[in-house]
Amino acid sequence: MTFNMLIAILAAAITSGTPILFAALGEIVTEKSGVQNLGLEGMMLVGAVSGFMMGYLTHNLFLAVLVAALGGGILALIHSFITITLKANQVVSGLALTIFGTGLSGYLGKPYIGMPAPVKFEIVPIPILSKIPVIGTIFFNHNLLVYFSYILIFVLWFYIYRTRQGLNLRATGENPGAADSLGVNVFRLRYLYTVIGGMLAGIGGAYLSLASAPSWVENMSGGRGWLAVALVIFAVWNPARAVFGAYLFGGVEALGYRMQAIGVTVSPFFLNMMPYLLTIIVLIIVTINTQHKHIGEPEALGKSYDREER
Amino acid sequence: MKNITKVLVVLMLLVLVVSVAGCSSKTAEVVDDAVIADEVVKVGMIYIGPPGDAGWTYAHDQGRQFLEEQYPNVEVLFVESVPESSDAERVMTELVEEGCTVVFATSFGYMDYMDNVALKYPDVKFFHCSGYKTEENMSTYFGRIYQARYLTGMIAGAMTETNEIGYVAAHPIPEVIRGINAFTLGVKEANADAVVKVVWTNTWYDPAKEKEAAQGLLDSGVDVIAQHQDTPGPQQAAEEAGVYAVGYNTNMRAFAPEANLTSAVWNWGPYYVNAVKSVIDGTFVSTQYWGGLEDGIVDIAPISDKVPADMVAQVEAKKAAIIDGSFDVFAGPIKDQDGNIKVAEGSSMTDGELLSMDWFVEGVEGVIPK
Repeated sequence: MTFNMLIAILAAAITSGTPILFAALGEIVTEKSGVQNLGLEGMMLVGAVSGFMMGYLTHNLFLAVLVAALGGGILALIHSFITITLKANQVVSGLALTIFGTGLSGYLGKPYIGMPAPVKFEIVPIPILSKIPVIGTIFFNHNLLVYFSYILIFVLWFYIYRTRQGLNLRATGENPGAADSLGVNVFRLRYLYTVIGGMLAGIGGAYLSLASAPSWVENMSGGRGWLAVALVIFAVWNPARAVFGAYLFGGVEALGYRMQAIGVTVSPFFLNMMPYLLTIIVLIIVTINTQHKHIGEPEALGKSYDREER
Repeated sequence: MKNITKVLVVLMLLVLVVSVAGCSSKTAEVVDDAVIADEVVKVGMIYIGPPGDAGWTYAHDQGRQFLEEQYPNVEVLFVESVPESSDAERVMTELVEEGCTVVFATSFGYMDYMDNVALKYPDVKFFHCSGYKTEENMSTYFGRIYQARYLTGMIAGAMTETNEIGYVAAHPIPEVIRGINAFTLGVKEANADAVVKVVWTNTWYDPAKEKEAAQGLLDSGVDVIAQHQDTPGPQQAAEEAGVYAVGYNTNMRAFAPEANLTSAVWNWGPYYVNAVKSVIDGTFVSTQYWGGLEDGIVDIAPISDKVPADMVAQVEAKKAAIIDGSFDVFAGPIKDQDGNIKVAEGSSMTDGELLSMDWFVEGVEGVIPK
């Protein structure tokens, strides 16, 4: 394997990791507030189809991404209502959301099947930075959504760990009762962060239909929503770690096809299994560690908050 | 837990919405029977996907439209997105009960269900695409798309400059392997120095993955991309890289106007007309139909004007030779990847051998996952 090929793989790892990264970052925000939303796959599909439709109708990429985010956000709002207001089981509602989103996106996207996207995210090399040898090619030779994800990682990390609002967010997920007694509006925050999570998943979907393969195909997320759910655990609910996980998961795919192309045989089934295997390994390591130090999942994750049962 | 009741109500509402969305996609379209001849023939068809998939089902739906144009007194009831489960048996039974005397099922997985229905209704004629089970009143039909792939291979071989062509392969089954082999033989015919590199995606339908696989091939130095999947992902990768591509199923030019050279395409219309005709005039005999270029069931899409005229003429000549029977794609001598003679000079592969092909011809770089 040549050096150039290695660079190509690393660049491709970012390209194929970014849609998973968006969805996983969204899910991290949601889960930090104590709400688990397994509807990522459905929200990504709705984001992909609504983004494609808007792009098709207006030829405006900004509006397309905005509508994709709204699409994912609306689905997340349904989840919020069911799990936060009605206090229903989050797992059941999340799974239902995936099935619902898959059906809805197929229904909405029907007239758009088989049409090339009239507008798409082109590769925009960043001046100067993209000229840096190796690093420039790997990191700064992508489309605008990839650059947006770079910014998002820093913003989210800073927000969650270095701001007052971030502290409230984490408190809501760790101990909603205590947060509530300190005047934090648990219900409002959970609604807010669940919807934000859905919006990011929607943008991840738009990445698929407007950047990686600019067209709409039914079920085009192909399990990436579930990969993102695994990635959240892999990243131990930390946005900075999620980046490495997303690129690792993306890199596995990119590596597999390139190894086949140069004649090295790796079973594609083995490669498809890798992200989940890695997640299980991380889960084991984390579980052992958390007995000594608290770095695992938010304490109140998956539990509905009820003031009267406090 | 009163909350459980609440969530159940909401979930049921969601399910209702989904099923409404699902139902509306199963529209049975009835043609305008204004032109009623002496006898109206009702034909039933079930599709695996939506006719708008730009691929497999789209091609079958074009065939249905052709049938209706040719026979104004034929009324086609079609049902789309029928799962390959006992649902298919139910849908086919309903079609027969609606009065269909001919039923077509357009996917391999419908085989056993169609067989069951065929045994129940001996007076109705059944046609199953791509399977192997037949009954007195049930035929199979498929096309020798490999002949079209051979021709597209010739074009790819002529257009490569690096002498490396990439093939984004779907699942490792004989149908796909046969396509790769025919394509490679075509490449070799036009350009003895060229090789075909194969990458498997194990998908029929994942545009992002298929594009990524094509990207991987491009990084390894290929400058023409061919594919077996039903999405235009690989074509788009070639378009972005400024190289050439060969499509499949339908004319994929729209997705890659610069890159796409041609596509191996299906043309089911003439077969549907003949099949229905045989039922109407009473000449139906249960057969296993596997037609090729000579019947027009497979073909290549219009060739891009980037291909030199003399190459186009060579492809046309080869097509004519396949049609008149003077040339057979899998006529010997053919060597496998290790250089062993698999088909001796003067002999040809039988249909049985073609349908169970599990080895690559010389010139393919890649392995078949076991």
